[in-house]
Amino acid sequence: MSWAIHTEGLAKSFTLHLQGGTCIPVLEGVELGVAPGECVALAGPSGAGKSTLMRLLYGNYGVGAGRILIRHQDMEVDLATADARLVRAVRRETLGYVSQFLRVIPRVPTLDIVAEPMMVRGLPREEAKARAAALLARLNLPARLHGLPPATFSGGEQQRVNLARGFAPGYPVLLLDEPTASLDAANREVVVGLIDAAKSAGTAIIGIFHDTEVRDRVADRLFEVHPMPVAA
Amino acid sequence: MSGLPLLEAAGLSLRFGPVPALEDVSIEVYPGEVVAIVGESGSGKTTLLRVLSGMMRPEAGVVRYRDPEGTVHGVQEMGEAALRRLHRTDWGFVHQNPRDGLRMRVSAGGNIGERLMAVGARHYGNIRAEAAEWLRRVEIEPGRIDGMPALFSGGMQQRLQIARTLVTRPRLVFMDEPTGGLDVSVQARLLDMIRALVADLGLAVLIVTHDIAAARLLAHRLLVMRRGRVVEQGLTDRVLDDPQHEYTQLLVASVLAA
Amino acid sequence: MTALGYNFGYLDENTKRMIRRALLKAVAIPGHQVPFGAREMPLPYGWGTGGIAVTASVIGASDRLKVIDQGADDTTNAVSIRRFFARVAGVETTERTTDATIIQTRHRIPETPLREGQILVYQVPMPEPLFRLEPRVAETKRMHALADYGLMHVKLYEDIARHGHVAISYNYPVLVGGRYLMSPSPIPAFDNPKMDRMPALQLFGAGREKRIYAVPPYTAVRSLDFEDHPFQPVRADAPCALCGSRESYLDEVVVDDRGGRMFVCSDTDYCSTRQSHQEAAE
Repeated sequence: MSWAIHTEGLAKSFTLHLQGGTCIPVLEGVELGVAPGECVALAGPSGAGKSTLMRLLYGNYGVGAGRILIRHQDMEVDLATADARLVRAVRRETLGYVSQFLRVIPRVPTLDIVAEPMMVRGLPREEAKARAAALLARLNLPARLHGLPPATFSGGEQQRVNLARGFAPGYPVLLLDEPTASLDAANREVVVGLIDAAKSAGTAIIGIFHDTEVRDRVADRLFEVHPMPVAA
Repeated sequence: MSGLPLLEAAGLSLRFGPVPALEDVSIEVYPGEVVAIVGESGSGKTTLLRVLSGMMRPEAGVVRYRDPEGTVHGVQEMGEAALRRLHRTDWGFVHQNPRDGLRMRVSAGGNIGERLMAVGARHYGNIRAEAAEWLRRVEIEPGRIDGMPALFSGGMQQRLQIARTLVTRPRLVFMDEPTGGLDVSVQARLLDMIRALVADLGLAVLIVTHDIAAARLLAHRLLVMRRGRVVEQGLTDRVLDDPQHEYTQLLVASVLAA
Repeated sequence: MTALGYNFGYLDENTKRMIRRALLKAVAIPGHQVPFGAREMPLPYGWGTGGIAVTASVIGASDRLKVIDQGADDTTNAVSIRRFFARVAGVETTERTTDATIIQTRHRIPETPLREGQILVYQVPMPEPLFRLEPRVAETKRMHALADYGLMHVKLYEDIARHGHVAISYNYPVLVGGRYLMSPSPIPAFDNPKMDRMPALQLFGAGREKRIYAVPPYTAVRSLDFEDHPFQPVRADAPCALCGSRESYLDEVVVDDRGGRMFVCSDTDYCSTRQSHQEAAE
């Protein structure tokens, strides 16, 4: 099987130096593989480490043990050991991440926030902005808001800006953390459509979906994340 | 992105008497990359900036700079004239206190024009037009081109210093606590302006700050210093969201919602 | 005959030798300020002690000395210095530019072009052209060492921004031999072009500041400017009321207490020579 991204023996624990060096194991022996065009939903009880796994995959958390192998351009890169510049290159070209919350940068207009990742990939400014505007319109964000910074937007509006930013560049691997959490039914449909389109285009998707209805419609299979036994 | 670093340093050590200011520090900065050095006062971060920019000599270690033609120069071996030229062309330095980087009795336009004139610009009209354009870019009303920086607010002075630094299109800019002495509201605007300029111009920036939020907003990579040593480094969000070293955890924990 | 009890030229031979060494170095590095040990002179600083020390070190028994103060041979300062050298060196003096071998000057260059073999000695109050712009002496030295003169252009920029033109009418900074920024001493900017490729040797002495510098014959001396604001020497737009010259630098003289004024040549030798030629022609 040719994976777009897969893990081998992935483990993560947190050492809290400020709490006397307490060690909290969160994940161990995770073997997850996702093929191009496949959508895998992470499942498991709250606190099982689904979000931690997502953050490990994005390089946001440091890997404790094991490997995260991702097909980046024509190479296979181990994100667990790649240096910061390589991780940035992977994030720029290959790996997208839609988090639950938009990290708002003050004073930057919505359209620029969405267009920016396309521009750093070399798309001309005007084309990037046109694609950003089209995607925002599809997500029912009215054009009058495109020129405003999203700081004052509602949670749902910010989430849609975040989705547009994540989907617009067409990354080969996309991580979705609760992509429909604060959306109404109509916009949920739009997101389902975006996910389906991305899958058809060959994107490998890993998602956390609390909305089981959406999950069942988009996910090809579930991947169970098991909680670690609590240390005595 | 070029595959070769603009600036490389290895094994830097320096002591002030018994106090280690730098201990075996190595760092690279690549074109277009923003690298932040964070740590508390006395951690050696400003010393590192001074050593890397050639303003101070280390006791051990080397600093190498790659010029636009690709030739590598040892910064400590460069003559003072070459180093000064470098600081006015391919490099820039933004001081914490704008008074250290500006001429307070020279107009805003003259302050920006000085770097152009220092590298040979001799057309008044062009110098002035360039100065006006840079005032606009740093959000200072171009009508204040003949105003004295002493009459500007602290935030404006700092923006003027940035304009003066960037006018010769350096590829690498050193910044020493650029938002240090400013009000919080002014800091946010300045940081955002720096962020936009850096992205627009594709600058490499080496920024020293104790402001974790500023580092998160601006930097691609982070080095955490303590007592002259780099205790942790990596992608900014990795270091701040999953700090490994005890000191980094303390640093991140002491910040409210960075 | 020299006055009894004085060495030839007032200064002792060792002092002259020290000053000559400074002069040789100054000639070898055109426009570069060379420190020297100024001696007490029988007149106060600010009255031309630097110029006198230089003149005393280069003057010989066969020299003919002319001294001008703002172009005039007949002012107190010029007369005193001429008389001083007549007494301590026993040299001939003259008011004629063409007859002089050494001309000591305060704040002017004679209108009559100088020729090879002549020496022009300037009295300099402040030799450092950057001193108003950069208060740190060590930093000005570094700027000279690195030929880092952007700051001087900043001053010109500021003038144009404020006044529409470079508002320096005297002591207008020059670049010597394409290398050193130099103060031409407080001569009017009008005189600056005369320094460029002058056949005579130009020596500068600053007594209080203890600096000597020089411009060897035929050295390029360029007044700083901008491409779109070229250097322009200015003179009053009037003919000399005495000789009618439209080329010479003019002094404005108030002739009564009702605001009446006239313009006359500042160079008295030039003016009187022209007048006598005109009389001869009539």
